[in-house]
Amino acid sequence: MQIYVCVKHVPDTASNIRLTSPTAFDESVKFVVNPYDEYAVEEAVQIKEKQGGEVVVVTVGKEAAAVTMRSALAMGADRGILVRTDETFLDSGVTSRALKSAIEADGAPDLILAGKQSVDSEGMQTHYRLARAFDMPVATNVVSLQLDGGRATVEREAGGGLKEVIEMRTPCVVGAAKGLNAPRYPKFPDIMQAKKKEIKQIRLADLGIDPANGGAKVLALEKVPDRSGAVMLDGGAKEAADRLTAILVEQKIIRNGA
Amino acid sequence: MAITGILLETENGALKEAMLGIITAVRRSASDDICGLMLTAEGASVKTAAEKFGVNRIIEIQSDAGLERRPSLQAAALIDALRHYDITTLVGISSSGGSDLLARVAAELEAPLVLDCLALNIAGQTVQKSHFSGKTIATIKLTGSPMICGMRPNVTEPQPAPCDANLETFTSTAEDRRPVEIKDVKGTQSDDIELTEANIIVTGGRPVGAAENFKMLRELAAVLNAAVGASRAAVDAGYAPHSMQVGQTGKTVSPKLYLACGLSGSVQHFAGMKTSKTIVAINTDKDAPIFGKCDYGIVGDMFAVVPALTAAIKEAIQ
Repeated sequence: MQIYVCVKHVPDTASNIRLTSPTAFDESVKFVVNPYDEYAVEEAVQIKEKQGGEVVVVTVGKEAAAVTMRSALAMGADRGILVRTDETFLDSGVTSRALKSAIEADGAPDLILAGKQSVDSEGMQTHYRLARAFDMPVATNVVSLQLDGGRATVEREAGGGLKEVIEMRTPCVVGAAKGLNAPRYPKFPDIMQAKKKEIKQIRLADLGIDPANGGAKVLALEKVPDRSGAVMLDGGAKEAADRLTAILVEQKIIRNGA
Repeated sequence: MAITGILLETENGALKEAMLGIITAVRRSASDDICGLMLTAEGASVKTAAEKFGVNRIIEIQSDAGLERRPSLQAAALIDALRHYDITTLVGISSSGGSDLLARVAAELEAPLVLDCLALNIAGQTVQKSHFSGKTIATIKLTGSPMICGMRPNVTEPQPAPCDANLETFTSTAEDRRPVEIKDVKGTQSDDIELTEANIIVTGGRPVGAAENFKMLRELAAVLNAAVGASRAAVDAGYAPHSMQVGQTGKTVSPKLYLACGLSGSVQHFAGMKTSKTIVAINTDKDAPIFGKCDYGIVGDMFAVVPALTAAIKEAIQ
């Protein structure tokens, strides 16, 4: 099977985001593979281990993204393709077009996997656009994937504790969610081997894509400070509970029936 | 005149409460006609609630091929309606189903889309949403038509704006080009309030100690008419299912009141509930980070505080 996995290079969620301008932040912080994309890489590698084939990770990102791609290669992906851009934020339409062009130039996908959303821009839509570009069906929030002949059967977390069992023909695009699998921790030999795997670099401009032609543009970022100055409700459990109840009634969060 | 369409979602045969705030948000930021779009034949059930908040037209979209359990066909039919009625802005709830549909529509039309919006300015074509898991708010400009937005529930206080709504049906002849079909639904629809749309949430952390102990939190939730959530640590310990998890790798919520019982207040947890209006923390550790990030704090054992709170609230609402 020829499997492509779309992976994003994102700041670790524990990193502090320090804005250096309304549209830029200090990128010297730790960057990682987008956590949801790790489930996608793991799934692809497991399928390859069972059915044979090749797993190619594709990333649209800055030069530093190549380092993160090595983590995906260490998990068992075979090769990488990095579409280089200098933009910090890219419209998802532009990203999906770049992914499509890069994948198409490389081979014929039997399956495309991606994480259901990125933890930085949280767009939740690139894989839908990619599916449309490839004229493939798509499902997201997937926690289980079975492939059988020309068909993919997935289980999707649908809210309310429900899981939808969905069928699509392959090739298709699957958005991975937490619970799809348990991503492996690469061992030292895997990490060493990953250093020798190929990461092909292409420039966004070489694909004929202009990042300025996007439908959604980040105008400005603002830090959201955590609230502070908590009012501590002292006393024993009953006293604190009574005080809190009075506050909730005063704020009309609960209605005093009296 | 430009028309803004709102994708109306129902629950148990009635308009979802989370829709009301969204209708208000749309009404405030657009000078357009507002029409409600439905993909089920429930127009009559939602009419009264929708018109109370300013929806003056309700369009039931249907297809002879049957829309039920076919998200790909629902998207195609919705697009058909957008074109037919010349709808230039489409807004919905950023729920699991809503986000999926809005994304399918945006992808097909190559239209701009922002999900999980915290604020809308339809006339100015800008929205606001979280970037970096709640650490920043991004203002985003959308260019193109239709402009498509999914809103986070409970970020706008609903405000009545009564009008009369006309009800009509639109039959779409759109085809399902890339079929995605729901063959089965597993699990039982819980009676629990959906976390992502709940107005009040009680969340238990690892100190809950056992799955059975969530019963105590459910009792508090019952008197508050609240939903019950769990921290990642509680889920990983097996005390609650992943569907109850609030936080970066769980659900994002935005209630009026968030009661955090035994939570330390990690960045990752806050990513999922930072926009809660009022946060109350109960923790035995006076140095827990959460006390530096909440509105009200109680240093104490939740096994004493929670039942005391349940009793006090029961008495207050008597």
